[in-house]
Amino acid sequence: MRVVVDLNRCQGYAQCAFLAPDVFAMHGEEALLYDGQPDDTRRLDVLRAEAACPVKAITVEGAGAAWTAEGAGVSDGG
Amino acid sequence: MSPMAVDGSLERLRREGRIVVVGASLAGLRAAETLREEGFTGTLTMIGDEPYEPYDRPPLSKQVLLGRVPADHTALPRSRAIEAQWRLGAAATGLDPSAKRVALADGTSVEYDRLLIATGVRSRPWPNELEAGLDGVFVLRTRDDATRLRHRLKAGPSRVLVIGAGFTGSEIASVCRERDLPVTVAERGPAPLSGALGSVIGDVAAELQHQHGVDLRCGVMVTGLEGDGVGRLRRAHFSDGGTVDAEVAVVALGATRNTEWLAGSGLAAGPRGIACDAGCRAFDVRGIVADDVFVAGDVARSPHPLFGYRFLSLEHWGNAVAQAEVAAHNMICRAEERRPHLWTPYFWSAQFGVNIKSVGVPNMADQIIVSQGSLGEHRFTAAYGYQGRVIAAVTFDQAKWLEFYQRQIEQAAPFPPPFATVDRRTEGMRPVPAGFPDPSVPTHGPQVTVSGYSPTDQRVTFTPAGHGRQA
Ligand SMILES: Cc1cc2nc3c(=O)[nH]c(=O)nc-3n(C[C@H](O)[C@H](O)[C@H](O)COP(=O)(O)OP(=O)(O)OC[C@H]3O[C@@H](n4cnc5c(N)ncnc54)[C@H](O)[C@@H]3O)c2cc1C
Ligand code: SF4
Repeated sequence: MRVVVDLNRCQGYAQCAFLAPDVFAMHGEEALLYDGQPDDTRRLDVLRAEAACPVKAITVEGAGAAWTAEGAGVSDGG
Repeated sequence: MSPMAVDGSLERLRREGRIVVVGASLAGLRAAETLREEGFTGTLTMIGDEPYEPYDRPPLSKQVLLGRVPADHTALPRSRAIEAQWRLGAAATGLDPSAKRVALADGTSVEYDRLLIATGVRSRPWPNELEAGLDGVFVLRTRDDATRLRHRLKAGPSRVLVIGAGFTGSEIASVCRERDLPVTVAERGPAPLSGALGSVIGDVAAELQHQHGVDLRCGVMVTGLEGDGVGRLRRAHFSDGGTVDAEVAVVALGATRNTEWLAGSGLAAGPRGIACDAGCRAFDVRGIVADDVFVAGDVARSPHPLFGYRFLSLEHWGNAVAQAEVAAHNMICRAEERRPHLWTPYFWSAQFGVNIKSVGVPNMADQIIVSQGSLGEHRFTAAYGYQGRVIAAVTFDQAKWLEFYQRQIEQAAPFPPPFATVDRRTEGMRPVPAGFPDPSVPTHGPQVTVSGYSPTDQRVTFTPAGHGRQA
């Protein structure tokens, strides 16, 4: 599972760090560090964090509609 | 858009055209996603010289060097399937715009109807090749660079030397201290970050480094790197006659734009980037915009009305995303539907536990005022003024104020700000010179390069497109 946070948008509200502490962590008062490729067992936590982020800064791969991951190869679209 | 309004050739382009993206990183990927989102169903070819699919660079100098996540955990998520033909590990080596063909290093070529150039920048290497080749001398731009450097830091070198205290250099120094490694930072300017944020804020950055035990040397240049008998870095020499013994040196002297492959193409491409219009269309050397060649990300230079139509090249994550989205849209739409890339520069950095954020173009400023918080507490908001208007703002651990200043910048609000802000301390009452180095002296890596004509007209009415993408 892949994750990226738009840290321009992020306001350091720490919602994500609360909901998925294995993936997101505050570093100092405001700065956020995260794992861009957390274990799939964390998927539910990460989706919760994504939904809870007040500024919608978190993008999770495949969180949207029908989507098939095929790595870097040619995939079948959707 | 009603299908009838679309002329036949555009409809054909959108349905079965060939779009080639050179540079398979942040800007390239976001452009590809946008093309598909906007209904492009033709052939999409992604050409990248790195062997990896698009990955994110900001974590490389932060969580990756800290050892919190491996470098291969930075691959960028896809917001949708892009159904691309990937040509990874294949550098583009030439462009023939009249034949509409990109030549690749492996001798093959790819034809396009529309081309997007997103080849970014690379680290400026240590200028002395022999010294640059010493074991222990690093740069940091790519995933491979980060893997190598992380490995070396983990081994616990006796001392690390960071050459250049811009954002990347300062972040690396911060990581070293967090890993409890002795680190010396050598900076030609008067203070860390002073090229990008001026010396008033630079002094705060210097204080942070001192507090965290960095051996900071400002106003000096590294004049030479010395190896031992078996080619390992041993010592560095400074312009003030001093030396420091170090096993690792990280060269953080800014970046060079990846435009060499366009030599002879007739595009206005050079060491400062590829000039393009606000709609991301590339200029050729005659100053005429191309209809089928577009540019986005770190490699682009484009005029911005908010900053006197000067050409800005930005090495900012958010700019790469926003510009790629505009370029992709403009590649496949009718002329009257084109959008301008009028993004207000925005970036962040994290070092020594402090979240640094900036909006606007600080290094255009002549004055600065601390409008909230306190420099001494390392928690403040500073507004930057240029000819009596607000041109930028920088926060240390006060990111929530930036949006407000973004609006001030976009409205060309007067400087110093007339409002009484909450929590204003005495030190912030009066504007002082921002303290930027003489712009005619080359410095390493300002993250914003301002060039071109500077009109005296300072009143711009500007309706922003908004920064970043609503996810
Ligand atoms: C260590 C580090 C930390 C950063 N931290 C921050 C931060 O905190 N905040 C922030 O706002 N920004 C940060 N940035 C900047 C941000 O990463 C860049 O602005 C962003 O990556 C630009 O994306 P791009 O796609 O335009 O260019 P790049 O990411 O540079 O991608 C260009 C790609 O094109 C490839 N390429 C080049 N030439 C060719 C060729 N001839 N043929 C094929 N492929 C080619 C390159 O190898 C590269 O993969 C950081 C950058 C680095 C390196
Ligand atoms: S919840 Fe959103 S705003 Fe808050 S720290 Fe996480 S990413 Fe940033």
